[in-house]
Amino acid sequence: MTNLKTRTAVSVNGLRKTYGEKVVLDGVDLSIGEGEVFALLGPNGAGKTTIVRILSTLIPADARTASVMGHDLRREAAAVRNVIGVTGQFSAVDNWLTGEENLLLMGRLLHLPATELRTRAAQLLELFDLVDVARQTPATYSGGMKRRLDIAMTLMGRPRLIFLDEPTTGLDPRSRHTMWLLIRDLRAEGITILLTTQYLEEADQLADRIAVLDRGHIVAEGTPEELKRRVPGAHIRLRFADVASLDEAARELREGTRDDEKLVLRVPNDGGIRSLREVLARLGDDVAVEGLSIHTPDLDDVFFALTGNASKEKSQ
Amino acid sequence: MTTLTIAAQDSATMLWREIKHSIRLLRLLIVSAVLVPVVMLLLFDYILGGTLGHGLGAVARGAPYVDYLVPGILMMTVAGGCGPTAINVSMDMTGGFVDRIRTMAVTRGALLAGHVGVSVLRMLVATAAVTGVALLLGFRPQASVADWLAVVGIVAAFSFALAWLSAAIGLVTKSVAGANGSTLPLSFLLPFVSSTFVPADSMPAGVRWFAANQPFTAVVDSLRALLTGSPVGNTAYLALAWCAVIALAGYVWAQAAFRRGTR
Repeated sequence: MTNLKTRTAVSVNGLRKTYGEKVVLDGVDLSIGEGEVFALLGPNGAGKTTIVRILSTLIPADARTASVMGHDLRREAAAVRNVIGVTGQFSAVDNWLTGEENLLLMGRLLHLPATELRTRAAQLLELFDLVDVARQTPATYSGGMKRRLDIAMTLMGRPRLIFLDEPTTGLDPRSRHTMWLLIRDLRAEGITILLTTQYLEEADQLADRIAVLDRGHIVAEGTPEELKRRVPGAHIRLRFADVASLDEAARELREGTRDDEKLVLRVPNDGGIRSLREVLARLGDDVAVEGLSIHTPDLDDVFFALTGNASKEKSQ
Repeated sequence: MTTLTIAAQDSATMLWREIKHSIRLLRLLIVSAVLVPVVMLLLFDYILGGTLGHGLGAVARGAPYVDYLVPGILMMTVAGGCGPTAINVSMDMTGGFVDRIRTMAVTRGALLAGHVGVSVLRMLVATAAVTGVALLLGFRPQASVADWLAVVGIVAAFSFALAWLSAAIGLVTKSVAGANGSTLPLSFLLPFVSSTFVPADSMPAGVRWFAANQPFTAVVDSLRALLTGSPVGNTAYLALAWCAVIALAGYVWAQAAFRRGTR
């Protein structure tokens, strides 16, 4: 094997999907490298789940080219199925089987050798903190436990690429956090992950790269930082001990907006070390700065800036 | 491994899954698959049996009504298994399970094969249990060993036919509740409009021809002839032929619906 990072896990060009008159995907291009965590971010109805269903061989679509782990999506669907794992948006655990039996069922359907079957299941129960409930049916599980079992089932066959469709939707904050840790662990093992999410923070926390999807189009793509940079509004907040210092700072810097009540000056700044040094140098030693905080736009800003038109149209 | 051994292995896995389900839902199954037919047997034998047996007259030839009734109840025991089968198939299709399977390299037909296999097993076990209860309640069959084997064969063939038909119903209905409701004609209506409780020629002219010639009557008549030691004639072949037709139709319908539903 060559360097994993240089290989492509998913490559699609001009992906289109229509249901009758309704265009769900309109020319989507995606390129995901092996080992990468790639997030599809978008509101409900943007086409995220449709992309997952197409790439996991569930539904056909038109595309100039579409390959998953080097296999043509249409002609080599069976080969694709052998290397992927899918955790759908809706729970696909068997409610009448115990947690352990659910894993064994997956292992048997994946044709794992009998010796590997039980060790792998035990390993995953341990890893996903489900040992105590292994012999209970999911009816007794919490939402987070059910979701963990769902993902453990996906991992029985050691897939090299997994699809996680809204893995934390409906989970409480603690379960969401646990899920994030799990996803980071999977990434550390070199598994390629395509996840969809409506949560900007989630994409920011987990993804190496993000594609923002809106009404069947990718409206922006890049690392979280690249996307944030596309939106103006980065600034630093300088806090002072008294009005005199604030006055002096405002005079020295000649820009920014002041808040006399809070004794704060907001100055446009990208937050980089260089530009910070520059600001502090201009203030010199005489001006007493009590506090400094850096504010970069979060993905919420990016999201609304990029899909703002869409939501306005919809609300009309 | 060849495609064929993988297909067999996948079907066996699905069968294992369905057996586990049945064990976990055992109490529910005992009620629906055994208790309901037994209650029907008691109702019709003890409550209505006096008048019905008297009315049968020449048909019963002096034998108690229970001997006329039990073969029909056995047929209804099989037919009563249609609901659970349709429900189980429908639950798999409406939940996320079938999508999960379809993203894996699993033999396409294995899921339905598992459902049908366990459905037949359930129907056979239930029929055996109901037969046991009927014997305790005074049912006195006059069947030879060969007759008993023929009874088992017809019950198995009928179970297989109805299992495929129920699987198809479970596939085409949009909801689990709909799946259950759609099997009622099989588990309730058709058994009543057959020779299960009274002979077809005692029915009003409007339904008489239908009742005399529909498949459920063929199955009941053949079971009754075998169990009461009356001449079987060609009713056994007629019953088996109907089973073959229903099984084939159910199979073709189910496969088409499975392909359509999972496109």
